[in-house]
Amino acid sequence: MTTFLRDTWIIFNRSMRLSLRNPIWVVLGLIQPILYLALFGPLLKQVVSSTPGLPPGDAWQIFVPGLLVQLGIFGAAFVGFGLISEYRAGVIERQRVSPASRIALLAGRVLRDVVVLLVQAVLLTLTAIPFGLRAPVGGVVLAVVVVAGLGAAFASLSYAAALRLKSEDALAPLFNGLAVPVLLLSGILLPMSLAPLWLRRVADVNPLKHVVDGIRAFFAGDITSSAGFWGLACTVGLIAVGGWFGTMTFRRESA
Amino acid sequence: MIHAQGLSRTYQTRTGAVEAVRGVDLDVEAGEIVGFLGPNGAGKTTTLRMLTTLIEPTAGAATVAGHDLLRDPVGVRRNIGYVAQGGVTLDIARAGEECVDQARLYGMSPAAARARGQELFAQLDLDGLWDRNCNSLSGGQRRRLDIVIGLMHTPPLIFLDEPTTGLDPQSRANLWEHILRLRGDLGSTVFLTTHYLDEADYLCDRLLVIDNGRIVAAGTPEELKAQVSGDAVLLTLADPDQGADAAAVLAGLDGADTPVADAGQVSAHVPNGGAALPGLLRQLDGKNIELAAVEVRRPTLDDVFLSLTGRSLRDGDA
Repeated sequence: MTTFLRDTWIIFNRSMRLSLRNPIWVVLGLIQPILYLALFGPLLKQVVSSTPGLPPGDAWQIFVPGLLVQLGIFGAAFVGFGLISEYRAGVIERQRVSPASRIALLAGRVLRDVVVLLVQAVLLTLTAIPFGLRAPVGGVVLAVVVVAGLGAAFASLSYAAALRLKSEDALAPLFNGLAVPVLLLSGILLPMSLAPLWLRRVADVNPLKHVVDGIRAFFAGDITSSAGFWGLACTVGLIAVGGWFGTMTFRRESA
Repeated sequence: MIHAQGLSRTYQTRTGAVEAVRGVDLDVEAGEIVGFLGPNGAGKTTTLRMLTTLIEPTAGAATVAGHDLLRDPVGVRRNIGYVAQGGVTLDIARAGEECVDQARLYGMSPAAARARGQELFAQLDLDGLWDRNCNSLSGGQRRRLDIVIGLMHTPPLIFLDEPTTGLDPQSRANLWEHILRLRGDLGSTVFLTTHYLDEADYLCDRLLVIDNGRIVAAGTPEELKAQVSGDAVLLTLADPDQGADAAAVLAGLDGADTPVADAGQVSAHVPNGGAALPGLLRQLDGKNIELAAVEVRRPTLDDVFLSLTGRSLRDGDA
């Protein structure tokens, strides 16, 4: 589609402009991870120093990656609600009746979500520094890129779910029902290496666990490890799945 | 402008297949204002959404604004404007920016879009509202804004889905004038759906009456009304006991159908009520039948609908 780039830019421009008018959402999205950082993080120092079987790194290098993934997933997952508002207002139909590329309608919005997420991720990481986080700049940059990728994937999935369900009442339980087990099985709060064998096996099926492990490796300064490689691969895979569902839904006639 | 053959749309639901539109044929020429008239649930919006590429037909084909609906939907989209029934604007967005954002999706530059938008704002009585939030506009203003958004790229063909539903009488009358000017000033072709008889009568060059997914009649409002059997002549009797005599006189008129008597009122349909009236009154006078009142009613579109489907458009509306 020759108009894809132009249309994506137009949708991104519009979405960003509307978001900037209500910057409160950027702050609200950060509240949960910052609370975990301030109120739960300090408890981990004790755990990390006296527990064997943990991945390399100090308490913050192990914990902050989990928070970044939590930000990437939860922050992105709730964008679907905004789309339902736009759908109710007739905006989605108005855009679909124009010659704009269907993928651009998704991509422009996801791009806005990624930009917001990048700002939040940088703020979160910077906030962790006074608490004691020390990590190599290269590792942090790579980690933030991965989080942006996660955000793109989950924003797309959120938009797809939102357009299909068309109802906030259906969307909220879907996220809550899926999010909790997925996050628990990703080793966000405590690494899965602490888990018994059966639980570790179950978690291995969860791509997010590998993403978290990858970011932990980046934070510990290990850019070229296999953990990092698998983390990136899973992120790319999630983006592909999210993008596919999202595009299909925007093309569907009842969207 | 629009040539459709056999357009159909069937939905699969949990309780079985629902045929929303069954084999609709349409021909609309450039510069016409054509109305799609029918009760709620008749298939108007579904047909409209098929013609605007929002839904795929399950059968049939069409050419819209010179482009094949199934093979070149993007070409169709470039040349049509669509004003949806429930509105197209976001509450928290500003009126002007909604127009510009939409126009840009058609390839207009931001500057050209802004100029065009302000020109349309002036034409549709929206001066001074460019920077207002959409939710601060009145119902009539918001509907006119929806129309501006549909016109930004100056499409030759405009689809209006129930344009005045939910508006107060003044806003409706005002909007009618704007719609007439779309054709008059801009030379656009307008295809609108409505369940309001007065709107269909006033605005449309031609009407397509749709019921249960099928077109049941097509023609100008006058042609459709002429198909219904004549004018209604209503006699209100001073003495209800003379009902049978009055009915006999009515029945004797040229081309009259069987009179109906009901509580002091006797009525029948005759081909030309105005012409039959003088003779009728003389005959009634000759038989000493006293009248309290007499009324001749021309057929309405509701009569048209009633004669075609056995139902009143107003009842179906409730």
